[in-house]
This record gives sequence, C-alpha cells and structure tokens, in this order.
Amino acid sequence: MAVKKEAHHKYRVVGTRPIRPDGIEKVTGRALYGADYYFPGMLFGKILRSPYAHARIKSIKFDKALKLPGVRAIVTADDLPEADRKPQQMGEQQVSPYYLSCNVLARGKVLYDGHPVAAVAATSPHIAEEALRLIEVDYEPLEPVMTADEAMKPGAPILIDDLRNQEEGPDQPTNVATHLQFKRGDLAAGFDAADCVIEREFRTATVHQGYIEPHASVGIWNPDGHATVYTCTQGSFTVRTLATKVLGMPEGNLKVVPSEIGGGFGGKTTIYCEPIALLLAKKTGHPVKVTMSRSEVLRATGPTSGIHERVKIGVTKEGRITAAQVWMAYEAGAFPGSPMAPGAMTVITSYDIPNLLIDGYDVVVNRPKTCAYRAPGATAAAFGVETVLDELAEQIGIDPLDLRIMNGAHEGTQQPFGPVFKRIGFIETCEALKASEHYNSKLTGANRGRGVAAGFWFNAGFQSSASVYVNQDGTASVVTGSVDIGGSRASMAMIAAEVLGLPIDEVRPVVADTDSIGYTDVTAGSRVTFATGMAVYNAAQDVVRQLKERAAKMWECTPDDVEFDNGVLRTRGDVLQPQQLTLKELAARFIRTGGPVVGRASVSTGGAGAGPAFAAICVDVEVDPDTGKVQILRVTIAQDVGTAIHPSYVEGQLQGGTAQGIGWALNEEYVYDSKGVLRNTGLLDYRMPTCLDLPAIETILVEVPNPTHPLGVRGVGEVSIVPPPAAIANAIYRATGVRMRELPMSPPRLMKALQEHRNSREGQAAAGR
Amino acid sequence: MAKRTLVETVINNEPVELLCEPRQSLLEVLRDELHMTGTKEGCLTGDCGACTILVDGRPVCSCLMLGVEAQGHKLETIEGLATGAELHPLQRKFLEHASLQCGICTPGFLMSAKALLDKIPRPTEAEVRYHLAGNLCRCTGYDKIVRAVLDAARESG
Repeated sequence: MAVKKEAHHKYRVVGTRPIRPDGIEKVTGRALYGADYYFPGMLFGKILRSPYAHARIKSIKFDKALKLPGVRAIVTADDLPEADRKPQQMGEQQVSPYYLSCNVLARGKVLYDGHPVAAVAATSPHIAEEALRLIEVDYEPLEPVMTADEAMKPGAPILIDDLRNQEEGPDQPTNVATHLQFKRGDLAAGFDAADCVIEREFRTATVHQGYIEPHASVGIWNPDGHATVYTCTQGSFTVRTLATKVLGMPEGNLKVVPSEIGGGFGGKTTIYCEPIALLLAKKTGHPVKVTMSRSEVLRATGPTSGIHERVKIGVTKEGRITAAQVWMAYEAGAFPGSPMAPGAMTVITSYDIPNLLIDGYDVVVNRPKTCAYRAPGATAAAFGVETVLDELAEQIGIDPLDLRIMNGAHEGTQQPFGPVFKRIGFIETCEALKASEHYNSKLTGANRGRGVAAGFWFNAGFQSSASVYVNQDGTASVVTGSVDIGGSRASMAMIAAEVLGLPIDEVRPVVADTDSIGYTDVTAGSRVTFATGMAVYNAAQDVVRQLKERAAKMWECTPDDVEFDNGVLRTRGDVLQPQQLTLKELAARFIRTGGPVVGRASVSTGGAGAGPAFAAICVDVEVDPDTGKVQILRVTIAQDVGTAIHPSYVEGQLQGGTAQGIGWALNEEYVYDSKGVLRNTGLLDYRMPTCLDLPAIETILVEVPNPTHPLGVRGVGEVSIVPPPAAIANAIYRATGVRMRELPMSPPRLMKALQEHRNSREGQAAAGR
Repeated sequence: MAKRTLVETVINNEPVELLCEPRQSLLEVLRDELHMTGTKEGCLTGDCGACTILVDGRPVCSCLMLGVEAQGHKLETIEGLATGAELHPLQRKFLEHASLQCGICTPGFLMSAKALLDKIPRPTEAEVRYHLAGNLCRCTGYDKIVRAVLDAARESG
C-alpha cells in the first residue's frame, strides 16, 4: 500500500503498525459481543412485529400468550410513559422522544412492516417465539406510502397526523417534515455564463449498513430503580440518554455497559432492544436478553434513505463550473429524520462554485425509520453530482480528474452552508489519484471501462473524555468512553504512548461504561481518533505536567526547569545541575511524592475545528453484455487522511467504505411488494459483496495534517463510501455507452438499459439506411 | 417444553456429553447451553458464515445443523484453534495484517480458512477468495483477510 509520507516522520509511535491490543481476544473468540452475555436466571425476550406497512392498532390481546408455561411477561406501548413530543438535543442528534418511543413500541398505529408491537420474556427463546404467535392483534390496514414521490403528492395518505412543516403551515397535515435550502449568488446568470449545461434526474434505493452482528441487549433492573444494560452500541452515553427518556427514568439511574460491537456504520447510534430488555427486566425481576434475528435487523432497524435527486450543472468550455442546482427528496422512513441535511451540506461542497441553489426535503414513508449510515446522506447525493460532472468533462473534452482539480475546494473556499475551509487536501487527493499507476495504466478489452468520482464528508467533533493512569511499574492505562468499532483502542494507546515515551505494549486501552468515564459522544462522524484522540493526547499531557511537578519537587526546582522527552525527565542543562529520571523510576517513587498520577481531559470540539476528509476513486469494470453483471476489475482509492495514526487501520477504513460503496452501487436494495412488505429479509437476497465479488482494494493515503489537531488527525472513517457508486456508473458508461442514473445498477436493471441502448442504436441505424 | 436429548460429541478434542432440545440448532447449543460464545450468529440462514465450525474437518454453518446431529461427530470451534498459549498461524497473521476491524466475522473466517489450508496448503488468491466467499465481512473489504490467509499459507508451506 502506498503511503505518501508527509507527516509522521517526526513521531516515534504514530505512523507505525503495532498489533492492536484487543486483537488477541477477537481471534480467539473470547471477546464478548452484545449477544454473548449470560447471567443467572436470565430470560429471553422476543419482539412481535407488524405484518402491515401501515395500519391502525385496534386492540392487542395477550391472555393466551401469558398462560403459556415459561412466559414471564409481555409488554406493549402501554407500559411506556407517553414521551415528550418536542424534539430535544440528545447527544449529537435532535430527537423527538415521542417518535423515538413510538418506534421502540408502536402506539396506536404501525408505520412499517416489522414495526414492534409487543415483546415477550420467557425462559427460552423458543417459548418466547411460541408466545408471540399467541398474541392477537386486531389491525385496520391503511394504504401504504412507499416513496418520497408518492408521499409528497397532494392527497397522499398521511402517516403522522400531527406532522406539520413551516411552508405548508399549521393547518396542513403533511408527510414533508422539513425543507432545507442553501443559496448563493445568481443562479440564472451563472447558467447563462456556462457553455455547457447538463440537467439529469437520479434515484437511489434504501440500503442497509449490513453489520454482521444483529442488535442484542441484556437488561438488569434493581428494585431500587437503578438499572444496567449490556448492549452493542456505537454510543453508550447516547443509549443512556435515549433509553432513559423513553422509559421515563432519571438518566443517572441507568448504567450502560458497551459490549464489543460487531459493526455499526451508523446503524447502532439509536435504541431498539435496550428499552425493551429493561422494561421486561423490570416487569420480571430477572435479567432479560433481547436479540434480533437478521430479518428483524433488515425489516426494522434503520437503513439509509432512498432518494430522488435532480442535478443541473453548468461549465465554461475551459472547465470552470459557473452554477449548480440540486434538488433532493430523502425518504426518512416512518418518522422524520433522514440524512437530508448532511446530504445537502456535502452534495457539491468539494467544489468552489459561485452560484448555487440546493433544496432538500425530509419525507416520511412507510419504511423503517432510517438511521445513520457511513457519511449519512452524502453517498446518494454524490451519485448525481459526480455523474453529471463526468458527462460535462466528456462534453467539453477535459480529463474528469482535471475538471475536479480545476474547481476543487481548497483552504479559504466557503462551503455552501457558510463555514470557510481551513487546510484541506481535496486537490492533493485528486492529484494523487491522477498520478497513480492505476490511473495511468492502459485498460484494454471489450466491455471494459474506467470511471472516477470524488466525495466529501465532515469530521464531527462533539464531546469526549479520557483518563490516563500511570501504574507504579511505569506502565499506563488509557480509559475512554468511545466504543472501539474498528481498532480505535490501538490509536488511543498509540497516542498516549507517543506523548509518554512508552512502548506501545506498555499502554493498555480500556473502553469504560457510563459510570466509569466522563460523557463521551457516539463512535460516529469519523470522530473518535480525532476528538477522543485529542482528549487522550491532552490527558497524557496532563500526566506529563504532573510528572514534571513531581520531579521538580525532588530536585528542588520549578516544573519549568524540567524537560520531558521520550519518557525521560531532565533538568534543563542551562539552569541547573544535570538531573535525570525515567518515567519508570519516577513511577516507583509515586508513593513518596504525592500518590498515583492520574491525567484527565475532556474536549468539546466544534465541527469547525474538525478536519474534513475527501476521497477520490478510480474503478475499472467489465460488463457482461449477456447478463448485465458488472465485475470490478481494479479499484484504487485516494483519501486525505491527515496524520495516519495506525496506517493499517486507516487503509482498512478506506477499503471497507469502498466495498460498501460497491455493494450500494451494484446490488443492495430494499425490495417491497405492492403492500409495502419487505421481500428480501435475508442476506441471500439482500446481496452484500463477498470476497469473490471484489478485487484487492488499493489505497493511497494522502497525509495533509489537520491544523486544528495536535497530531494533525482528520476523521477517516466515512468518506470512502461516497465516490464508488458514481465512479462505477461512469465506468459502466465507458464500457457500454449507457449512462445509469438509478441505483443499484443490478444485472436486471443494467440489462434492461443495455437492451434499450441497443434497440435505439438499431433504430438509428435503420433510420439512417 | 420439548424433551431434551442426550448428545455425545467431541468438541476441540474433548469428549462432551450434553442435553439439548431437538429443535435447538448446533449454534444455539454451543452458545446457550455450553456458553461457547466464540462462534457467532449473524443470520441463522447460512448466508454469512459467522457461525462456521468444522465438523469432521469440513466447514459447516452451525446455524444450519441441529444440536442432536452432533452425535458421534468431531467438532472444532474457534475456542480450540490456538494450542495452549500458541496461536494458530492464521490467528497470528490476522493480527499482523490488521485483518479485523469489528471482529465479529473473524472466528468464522478463521475456521473457514483453516479448512481451506488443511485441504489446499498453498492456495492461489483466487482459491482463497473462492473458498472464503461463504463468509461475509462488512468492515474490511476482504483485502487484508485475503492477504493474511495467503501469508499464513506461505509461512507454513
């Protein structure tokens, strides 16, 4: 893997590739994930789900189910307090506790196939399942609304009776929760100044994060009202906030213990099983484990939105973009809250464009409530823009990467929603891809084509806490509240080791529960290595400060007279008699110099201080003209990663996001029947890429340090998913002459497009004869 | 409640007697009855490979086999892959190559890869990708997994 060295030559640990400290437990099967907890007397919970996409619940009868031997309790929405309707800031997200509660257990209406209606606790999972079949729910089916287009039509069936938006006013029931607009310059004048204007329409499908670990939680309720939940989540503090709001209990009464997490990609940033496990535990007095099956995961957790997008862009013949207009409607699922806003904030932000108009709509439909998915909103949005840019580059006869470089955002460019970019590496990223061996290689053979595309994603800041403890043997432990989803323990240990001058295997990283560390936001938004890493850096510096004080006390000087370098404390030679002490030697004397050394820090980093990331990708494909199947022959991704703390895990983020983007491009989609029932509820039919579908994924790490982070770290986790769908569409065009504007570009859809293309060519040929 | 049946089997070279219901899958028996939670559940339909174990040396999705069918067979699970304190070369290579991110698919991949290397000690990249296609990983894009398996084969070959 190519690494462009810019940053880490000055570091000792940062930039190396040690074995991750939690790795041994994960290759031996000892690591405990969400479903791996067992407690004495534990019961098993199962959830009854709606078979209808849209229906009123007239009654729920569960007497028969309760009589089944082994059944201990049944809960419905009646067991939850009616939550506050007003949206509140909960962790990083604006959430209406009422909608959240209605999604945990349906109240009055079911709004999607799989919507939870009741839950059972029993002595075995099989008994709990039998009990579900004995619960009688009387539904009044209503007409389902499955797409944003249908939901926005006048007279469409209304999902949520009291939903209103500002434009339509307080008296107009609607399915449109929000309309967001960004404007800049004079759009009409911008298009007038263009030599070439292209306007196209795009559609993308609902897709799921596809983490391999289904959701699982164990609830334990104490008679004093304090409770504990073991759960696989990206944010233990977020679970604490959300679950206590839904359950109507004081936030401090719930301890959330994060298990190891088997993937999340944004999908484990809200609550599903947690309040149900707690409610059943409260009702039975036993620990209760609630696990989802795969079909429950697909039917009823949060995938990301399908969107409808219109893109219009104008360029001069020299390649300068003069104006861009984007209109997007996002399917939020059953409750408001699609990633429309981040979609609108990222859709064309990679480019410096004088005249802009971006409109975004958040629309409720009878699908599961969407949740975050890696660079939420950005991938679907970029599909349209990056495809139109490819067409424009072709029209004016310019290299598609040059078009991006020529118009690329750089330090000082204002983003469509206001903030001005600090030092970023978009242009460097495109240039690195353009200089790659892959882009300069020859692609030969029939039905083959090469495509490129780029993408942008933010780096969320938010809040993090960290503690660093120095042990009396001179080793250290680093405690954070950030769930480790992809190797972040290694990065945290490396950052502390770098500051303290310790070897990496003498620093032990710990992910603590909500009672054992300060508040820390979710592992999401590419923020852990950036923000929690900053907290760890500061906590380690706090240790260094205290070590200097201890040494100064022993040497009868001031802390300012003590230097710390690579684990050794020294008096500054110019002022004093030379003295020297290693961290280890000093640690052995903690007992006589004031007790253990505890470093701590917390940060609240605004988004503005964070380091956004850009990616550009080059894909070679071969299209089977008889089946429409697309084979990825070669793929290279370049990304502006800031300082790569552990390059292997940074590469892993680029590779994993690319693979997900390829799945999104080629196969993955939710398939609903005419009644709104999901038909592909398993991993055979919800087709994610296997290792046979993919080639090696080549990475180029472009290290442009983030000036706002002490080590130059940027968020690296998400942006790699953004460019693949457009790059593949562009490659398919070069292979076949067909422009695909709907995802996924699955064999049947591509076959149909190829057939139409052949027919129209034959038609033209016939007309020409 | 369904009547429980006595099953005599061998797990990781240890004879094991256990009681299970006929309706319990082998995966369920390993996890819920024996608390051997290294074998993971990802789908329960044989599509993801997270629950892969070896039955008489062959890779099997333990979610597709009943517990009672383990009678008289030799099972190998992730818990038995290392020999005492010594990691299996595949385990070591997965760590060295950073082949896992979340790690939930790792036990299944290691067992499938072991079955492959037991059968084909020096596979090509294409053979590795073919034989591991029944295991889904959503984090890594497979690149570093394939490299680790090839490297393990190279080292032990």
